[in-house]
Amino acid sequence: MSTRGFFEQVRQEFDALSETLFSALEVGEDLTLNLAAEDTLFIRFNGNRVRQNTDVTQRVLSLIFHVRGRSVEQSLTLSGRQDSDRPAAIGALSRCRVEAACLPLDPHQVALLNNGSSEEEFRGSLLPPVELISMILDPAAGSDMVGLYAGGALIRANRNSKGQKHWFATENFFFDYSLYQGPKAVKGVYSASVWNSEDWAASLRRSRELLALLARPVQEVKPGAYRSYLAPPAFADLVGMLGWDALSAAAWKQGRSPLKKLVEKDLRLSPLFSLEENFSLGLSPRFNAQGEVAAARQPLIQEGEIAHLLVSSRSAKEYGLLANGAAEGESPRALDVSTGSLAQPDILAKLDTGLYLSNLHYLNWSDPVSARVTGMTRYACFWVQGGEIVGPIQNLRWDESLFSALGSKLMALTQEAEIAPAVGTYFERSLGGARTPGALIDAFNFTL
Amino acid sequence: MVSFALAVQAALKMEGPAVQWAGVRYCRELTSQRVVRNGLPQRNASHWDEGAMCEVLVNGHFGYAASADLTQSGLQESFKRAVATTAAASSHRAHCFESHHRASASGSYQSARARDLETTPLDNIMDCLLAASAAMDVSDLLVTRTAQAILVQTQTQYYTSTGAQTSQQFDMVSLNLSATAASGGESQTRTWSRTAQLGGEVFDKHLLVEEAARIAREALELVSAPNCPSATMDVVLMPDQMMLQIHESIGHPLELDRILGDERNYAGWSFVNLEDFGRLRYGSELMNVSFDPSRDHQFASYAFDDCGHPARKEMLIEAGVLKRGLGSLESQARSGLPGVANFRAASWNRAPIDRMANINLEPGTSTLEDLIGQVEDGILMRTNRSWSIDDYRNKFQFGCEYGQRIKNGRLGAVVRNPNYRGVTVDFWGRLAGVGRVDEAHGTPYCGKGEPSQVIRVGHASPPCLFRGVEVFGGQA
Repeated sequence: MSTRGFFEQVRQEFDALSETLFSALEVGEDLTLNLAAEDTLFIRFNGNRVRQNTDVTQRVLSLIFHVRGRSVEQSLTLSGRQDSDRPAAIGALSRCRVEAACLPLDPHQVALLNNGSSEEEFRGSLLPPVELISMILDPAAGSDMVGLYAGGALIRANRNSKGQKHWFATENFFFDYSLYQGPKAVKGVYSASVWNSEDWAASLRRSRELLALLARPVQEVKPGAYRSYLAPPAFADLVGMLGWDALSAAAWKQGRSPLKKLVEKDLRLSPLFSLEENFSLGLSPRFNAQGEVAAARQPLIQEGEIAHLLVSSRSAKEYGLLANGAAEGESPRALDVSTGSLAQPDILAKLDTGLYLSNLHYLNWSDPVSARVTGMTRYACFWVQGGEIVGPIQNLRWDESLFSALGSKLMALTQEAEIAPAVGTYFERSLGGARTPGALIDAFNFTL
Repeated sequence: MVSFALAVQAALKMEGPAVQWAGVRYCRELTSQRVVRNGLPQRNASHWDEGAMCEVLVNGHFGYAASADLTQSGLQESFKRAVATTAAASSHRAHCFESHHRASASGSYQSARARDLETTPLDNIMDCLLAASAAMDVSDLLVTRTAQAILVQTQTQYYTSTGAQTSQQFDMVSLNLSATAASGGESQTRTWSRTAQLGGEVFDKHLLVEEAARIAREALELVSAPNCPSATMDVVLMPDQMMLQIHESIGHPLELDRILGDERNYAGWSFVNLEDFGRLRYGSELMNVSFDPSRDHQFASYAFDDCGHPARKEMLIEAGVLKRGLGSLESQARSGLPGVANFRAASWNRAPIDRMANINLEPGTSTLEDLIGQVEDGILMRTNRSWSIDDYRNKFQFGCEYGQRIKNGRLGAVVRNPNYRGVTVDFWGRLAGVGRVDEAHGTPYCGKGEPSQVIRVGHASPPCLFRGVEVFGGQA
């Protein structure tokens, strides 16, 4: 089915199911509906060959049911056939009523409102598999390329029984790939809504140039503290840790926030560091599962101090805070880190002697109270001496507090930032992403 | 219900490229999540998922198409898509497969359990969770007191054109308790979990209240405890940390598809090479590790993997020497090595890949007291809190919730933020004692693959003693 056809069919199905369910509500009942649908082609590559190809069509309808101060959620996979989906959805509504009768009062339930309506639809032009595979593989001939292509239609929709309606539909793809040379590799991502062979060739050319640097002799770097440049993908990984409870109002109130000392003004980060939720990047819908619409731009950290935490309406009710359209998990959906003054040509000179890190790997809090994070270096990481790249390093483990790395040790941010689109594919294709500059950090702590 | 057998036969006769083999993998799963925090309902959510993956072999290449439309015409549409994409991809295939790379076994499986999950009343579950949350309410410092139950009922069926016909039914429960104590700038969390194939019998209010009270007490101990010291010392790891140690530093590096490079763009490669099987000394002679999908109640037990291959226990490491990898029929064909029945998919919408199931460290001969008694100066660590390992599965750093000093063979004071780091083969070479009683743990959240999938895994282990490990605590 064409993307246009998929968008139209899913929209008709969602509207029809919504009307059916809303008209089945009884006095005192309220209902929010969310739909996540996609029609995706996944192709997995290894050694510049196709390892697995999977076409997936899926639609998941979620019901959030409120009655007499009780809350129940039921979700179900839809088949796309009204004759089976309609009774299944009515069945889910019935189960909500049965469960609500067994549950205690939910004092933090937020009453449903009509938060308005919105509509965004982005059409692309994707290649059929028979053309696509050659378009990807032919320019990469001779390379040991491994990666994932994921492309197709993505839909997020929301309605509630108070009349609220949101629709977000987009058609796009990403090709997330690595080029290997023996055990060493470089990482690239090419994403767009229309396949462009010249853009793909340019991405591949940049990766090959970097790969050539990995052929230089490997430099042994002992554990210790080194000035380090984190290229935008690496800095995106480090800043991404803030999505793990650090900016969540609920996590702060519940004793889980690694930024507790920042929120409570016991500490501050570098005045160079500011970040915001920026939905104007167009990476994800502004509405959340309650249909609340976040501000187009919401400062989170300004010049090293907390400006706002992410506050869902449920947290707002429980803790007496002001909600700001955050999703239930209170993680950023469109993170945008402010740029700085470091010009691209000056990066190696300012680094002088230390480590150039293209990517990080497998980050985790190692001591949450101190906002300390551990992780590995990965992909194109180099020892730099006197402003010149000497050669690649054996990957190193690091362990560093964000209070230091984004605080007194943060020397500079680059003038340019890069967008890292979300390439997550657990359960469904992710929407969103982050925009980050590169960061020069002094005395970054390497441990193994 | 629609006839999957009919759909498979129709796929073989479709016009267009010749279909050498066809199969349907059906999956229906009900997941319910109940959460109570601080004595109040936090979340009551259920997800009903149902769909089918249609699989074909065209020109020596396996390909897939998934849909939740389970009518005969819906399945045929999926088969058409699978054939079209697979035919297009087949001229670039990574390996030439044949139909015998799918099993043709028949049979069924049902999780061992005493009481059907389906008949467990919601008010009984809520009563247990509310009681557990209340049992943690013993101090104003305990700011978060959470009790969670995740109940999963899964049914899978697999039909192929070469005669496989398997049916499996799983009842799974994950019970999780969590107590967070906060004082000044300090905050510490203690957890307890039981994750296994079980039925309604798991809702034992007395046990939940007892464990809830214990973790609340221990969270309070931690919040005022000193930091774990930094030094090279002996470590006793309890089963709820051994689980993670086994998972990250044995399970993942032994996956054959990973060694063959499939995972290099995502989780990474492996320090283990194909030539290492039968040769590599992975750890001390006390180290015996099995792939065991046959253990009753363990989280990842099953009778057949997702290509119908009958599953049985196999030894992966014996007396410290690497013997066998975690490779499915496809990986066995690609590598020429023996493997196990571990071709598994997260659900109907993902293709199977090589996964762990239950990977267990076989019990030894020591009591816990013996292990502690052998330590002059060390730390006992319980319950994983933090995990990170490199893309070749060498350099790891793991952290635990709860530590206790060991001095002159005796357990002593509680320490907070216990962490340790090491390199896989060197670390397992330091294994100096293995307990004689194991405990099985599990997690529903092992991530791998492109497109990505989470899968359920189980790990049983006794407590183990490791000599000379780099240990450290939190920031002062």
